[in-house]
Amino acid sequence: MYDIPHHTQETAVTDVKIKAKDVQVYYGNNHAIKDVSVEIENNTVTAFIGPSGCGKSTFLRCLNRMNDTIDICRVEGDILIDGDDIYDKRVDPVQLRAKVGMVFQKPNPFPKSIYDNIAYGPRIHGMARNKAELDDIVERALRRGAIWDEVKDRLQAPGTGLSGGQQQRLCIARAVATEPEVLLMDEPCSALDPIATAQVEELIDELRQNYAVVIVTHSMQQAARVSQKTAFFHLGNLVEYDDTSKIFTNPEDSRTESYITGRIG
Amino acid sequence: MTDASMDNVPVKGSLTTVDARTKKRNAAEKRFKAYGLVAIMIGLFFLVVLAVSILRSGLPAFTQAEVRVEFTLTQAQFDEAESQMLKTKAYENFFIAALQSQLEERGLDVSFDPAAIERLLGKTGSTIREYFRENPDQIGTPVTFNLAASSRVDGYFKGRVSRDTVVDSRFLEVTDLDLVDALADAGIIITAFNWNFITGSDSGVDNPGGAGIGVSVIGSFFMMLVVLALSLPIGVAASIYLEEFAPQNWFTDLIEVNISNLAAVPSIVFGILGLAVFIQFMHLPQSAPLVGGLVLTLMTLPTIIISTRASLKSVPPSIREAALGVGASKMQTVFHHVLPLAAPGILTGTIIGLAQALGETAPLLLIGMVGFIARAYPEGVVSGFIDPNSAMPAQIYTWAARADAGFYEKAWGGIIILLIFLLTMNIIAIILRRRFERRW
Repeated sequence: MYDIPHHTQETAVTDVKIKAKDVQVYYGNNHAIKDVSVEIENNTVTAFIGPSGCGKSTFLRCLNRMNDTIDICRVEGDILIDGDDIYDKRVDPVQLRAKVGMVFQKPNPFPKSIYDNIAYGPRIHGMARNKAELDDIVERALRRGAIWDEVKDRLQAPGTGLSGGQQQRLCIARAVATEPEVLLMDEPCSALDPIATAQVEELIDELRQNYAVVIVTHSMQQAARVSQKTAFFHLGNLVEYDDTSKIFTNPEDSRTESYITGRIG
Repeated sequence: MTDASMDNVPVKGSLTTVDARTKKRNAAEKRFKAYGLVAIMIGLFFLVVLAVSILRSGLPAFTQAEVRVEFTLTQAQFDEAESQMLKTKAYENFFIAALQSQLEERGLDVSFDPAAIERLLGKTGSTIREYFRENPDQIGTPVTFNLAASSRVDGYFKGRVSRDTVVDSRFLEVTDLDLVDALADAGIIITAFNWNFITGSDSGVDNPGGAGIGVSVIGSFFMMLVVLALSLPIGVAASIYLEEFAPQNWFTDLIEVNISNLAAVPSIVFGILGLAVFIQFMHLPQSAPLVGGLVLTLMTLPTIIISTRASLKSVPPSIREAALGVGASKMQTVFHHVLPLAAPGILTGTIIGLAQALGETAPLLLIGMVGFIARAYPEGVVSGFIDPNSAMPAQIYTWAARADAGFYEKAWGGIIILLIFLLTMNIIAIILRRRFERRW
């Protein structure tokens, strides 16, 4: 893992974590994602932006095969993580999802205690041999989720009793507890107020040290603030993918420019 | 707002006066509330009528006019009675003779003859015979017996029979009632709580005083055990498979339609199916609670499956996504997260299914679990499942179909016991549901 601090403009020292080539997604007869090829880099925050229904969330959910749960959904093309095709027959989606964590749009803690919310993933993956180790994992995850100080005195309280922003950070902590290598975030701040959003964004920037983070967002300011790379989706196509600074200052495609200046979308 | 835009807006009246449209809307709302209230009142009224009529007709079943007499049977009498063809009749004659001599000793000022005394008593012979056969050491010592009076005498104390309505017959003559009054004054005929009704077994058609529902309660209990042990795991497993794992295709659609249809099949059809499959084909014992339980399981399964699927569906998909997102397998997701959240709903469906099964009569009649089978308690757990027995509703049905008016009140009393059984089941379910209930 690289520990070099990145500046928002800099994309030099990176390696490719996820490589997608000619990905097509169909919902029944509906061609939702068309010919998307993208290389997502390690230790980088990559933002997917685009108008509603453009396929950015669908593409994100392909990266950890969450679309498998939808019967009518069909994925074609190659998606490689560390060179392995994740749609290979030999790949168990359960193992994949342990490696590629996900945070959802709406905070969705389990209706269990805060401790059990975090400990669930490590428990089912057999990451702790005893209670002390599990306690350590929970504490580390909650610290990385920037919520340890707020909940350390009430770990047995229900996770659903926290505020919306705390719940979302709890969900992020839960996602990092299984030590994933990639973190997918599907509009993680859309249900949060500005203060909670700022906390989560700060957290995302810290998480970049250890993970490849992919974030879907509707807020272009957010994309500009947290990401180093930005991909613009429109009607199922990947229109433009480049450094965030370039997308927001000097986009090559006219559709990108129209979207970020608020003329379409 | 500027003056210019104000011109285009229709002028609204003062807020303190209600305009016609609002008045109409409010009136409609009030009317609707009234309809609802009336509907609830009607429902409550019928509930009260039902409860009152059940209690009024059923409570007398819990008391019984009894003849209390001290009686000594000598060894010679015992031997003589046992050597006769009509053994119980012989005991009855000894008892009547003893009672008669006691009455003479007391010098009651009433005419009586053995035939009149016989008319007042219920089926005493068998009770006495059974007692002395089980306790031979009591022969020769005085024993106090509380023996059920005949159905008519019992009815006389409960107001069912009066001097005006009684017609002289071999069952009771009007003059017998003088004797009854005298015996009641002397404390020989008393009205007592009828424990035998709760703990006893069914009796012959001419002996309503000896009828009890206890044995069929046990039959119902063992049947419910079979239903619970089979329908809950099978139903929940089937629902989980259909809801969470099965692919959506024509075959699963077909299964789904069939399950819904199965819930609407008349119960007597299940009864004849049980008769054909479990008894005639598989040769399971007739009239056994095991077979009854199997038949009722078939009936209960669709109810449990439908309600379980509904409660699985109502678990928010975000919980499933959260579990899958941290790398839980499909089965872990279902068993760790979805099932606990669906548990209260599953429990509700199960209790509705069990309650239905508890009250079911028709299929039981077809597999031979009729009321008069319930003559003796099972000797152990195994025989509880396989020995011939009846169930509460079948017992009630059998009583209701009998001629003697005494059985009519027993049927109502049986309904009270059935409702108490049902209420107990519901209370257990509510307590369990409270435990499982969690919010998300």
